[in-house]
Amino acid sequence: MRLGDSWTVAMKDISTFRRKSYILYSLVALPVVLSIVLPGSLLFSGANGSLPASTLAQVLQSELSILIMLAAILPSVIGSYSFIGEKVEKSLEPLLATPASDEELLLGKCLAAFLPSVAATYVGAVLFMAISDAATYGRLGHLLFPDLDAAVILLLAVPFASILSVEFSVIVSSRVNDIRAAQQLGSLIVLPMVLIFLLGETGTLSIDPLHLLLISGVLLVGDVALAFVSRETFQREEILTRWK
Amino acid sequence: MTTRDRAADPVNWPAGGGEERAVGARRGAALAEEPQRKRPTDRGARTPAAPDGLVLPRMSPMIETDCLTKRFGNNTAVSDLTLRVDEGEVFGFLGPNGAGKTTTVRMLCCLISKTSGDAKLGGYDLGRAGDRTKIRGMVGILPESPGLYDDLSAYRNLDFYGRMYHCPDGPRRESVERLLRMLGLWERRDDLAGTFSKGMKQKVAIARAVVHDPRVVFLDEPTANLDPESSKTVRDFILELKKEGRTIFLNTHNLDEAQRVCDRIGILKTSLVAVGSPAELRASLWGRKTVVHLASVTDGVLAAVRGAGPRSVEVVDGSRLVLDVDDPDRDNPAIVRAIVGAGGDVRFVTELRPTLEDIYLRVLKRGAAGGGAPA
Repeated sequence: MRLGDSWTVAMKDISTFRRKSYILYSLVALPVVLSIVLPGSLLFSGANGSLPASTLAQVLQSELSILIMLAAILPSVIGSYSFIGEKVEKSLEPLLATPASDEELLLGKCLAAFLPSVAATYVGAVLFMAISDAATYGRLGHLLFPDLDAAVILLLAVPFASILSVEFSVIVSSRVNDIRAAQQLGSLIVLPMVLIFLLGETGTLSIDPLHLLLISGVLLVGDVALAFVSRETFQREEILTRWK
Repeated sequence: MTTRDRAADPVNWPAGGGEERAVGARRGAALAEEPQRKRPTDRGARTPAAPDGLVLPRMSPMIETDCLTKRFGNNTAVSDLTLRVDEGEVFGFLGPNGAGKTTTVRMLCCLISKTSGDAKLGGYDLGRAGDRTKIRGMVGILPESPGLYDDLSAYRNLDFYGRMYHCPDGPRRESVERLLRMLGLWERRDDLAGTFSKGMKQKVAIARAVVHDPRVVFLDEPTANLDPESSKTVRDFILELKKEGRTIFLNTHNLDEAQRVCDRIGILKTSLVAVGSPAELRASLWGRKTVVHLASVTDGVLAAVRGAGPRSVEVVDGSRLVLDVDDPDRDNPAIVRAIVGAGGDVRFVTELRPTLEDIYLRVLKRGAAGGGAPA
């Protein structure tokens, strides 16, 4: 497998994304809004003073799981463009005619959706943690983030959720011919992450390193399973003759 | 020699390469004239016979297919296609929409698999997984739609494909610059492809097809919907590629274009209906017709002409004779002598030449009437 070909495809796609305003807005706006608004609304709505310090820390730590959701949302936006965009612009055929293997092309496309999404999620994480630390340092007397929860989320759950979303985008792209429809269908992969976030927010699920490792493990299993499905979907003949 | 004989004959037909060479070459094209006949197969262009009768060595085949077939479910897109295209040859593929031209190109470019039959490109076997990557590396393709990345510049579009075909940095940059200059787009190299006109996009797409210096170039409707000036630029570019010795496989509906640039032409309607050089097709499917312009056609002249051996004689406007002859070089002098001998005043003698369009329509009409090879 020639990773150079995958990298070339990924860099080409990322270059084209830079000129797609809705992709840029998604990459910038979603992380910024979620990472600033969520802790900001908690910290500056009066809860900062009224809640006990330990409870405040617990709430913020559970809110950090929003990053898993974010990591799943962004690839569905980019991935849909990466595959459907080529179909719409009819640029897939010459690309498929190159000597690159199906796996190399698929990996390149997945990297193009994965790398900016994860990078944007990490930027959002830095903002989230910086705002939280700045607002709570006085009361807690120590930095709340980064902690072990954040490490597991950022190093395991976020990339695994992102990969799952990318793979789901490949499968969705093989069945629809419209970028918006692909994005809407692709966003369904976010639902499990929303559930994790809501369970954490309501206290039903304790967001601790052990549970986060379990969540990451489940995501990894999902990644492996969808990898096989998306690989089967992404074959030259399938793409040219059966992708609708 | 019948079509069946020709199909089975391992020796190839005259290479064509101009209508003058094809004088008297009725055997040049294979045609499914009768349903019961074997479908035409093409064993490629034969190197012209040397004057002493020795057959010179054949050019090496670049594309060879043997009963190549593609089915999508119950629908047969291409049936039993047997074809040979030699290295450096420009081969035109004609046929109505849905005839299987694009499917054939996609099979030959290893984009889709064959259902049955065999095919080789440059000696590599389409059926072997290991060979398919090599085949993709040695061919360039212009699909029906330019399919450029609108958000990348013309230069970046070509550079990207150069990288995908593993061209080293230096030669890749040189190739991109040379092609953009050849097509008059160097000054616009940094403009986004999305800002280009249809003709400019098509030029960039053609450049993309050859940026990696492929041995075989597949062009699917390269001048479709282009204005005459852009069409000419593209045609000239194809001729440049031909001069460089590349093998070109050209799918087209443009019969004039096919006649101008192709060494040989195949007419496809799911299966191969006819194949040969334009001159060979003309001779095979239309016959050789001589027109004799006279002061007037008298009964005496008519009788003399009929006695001189033409297969048919038609009088037009009382002053012209349209004669169906087997071999103009041999028959025309005898006919002219007969007319003069009968007191006729010959003003001039010409050859009635059908256009490729005439031939194409006749072939398809025969096919529709049951004479062609059914799917």
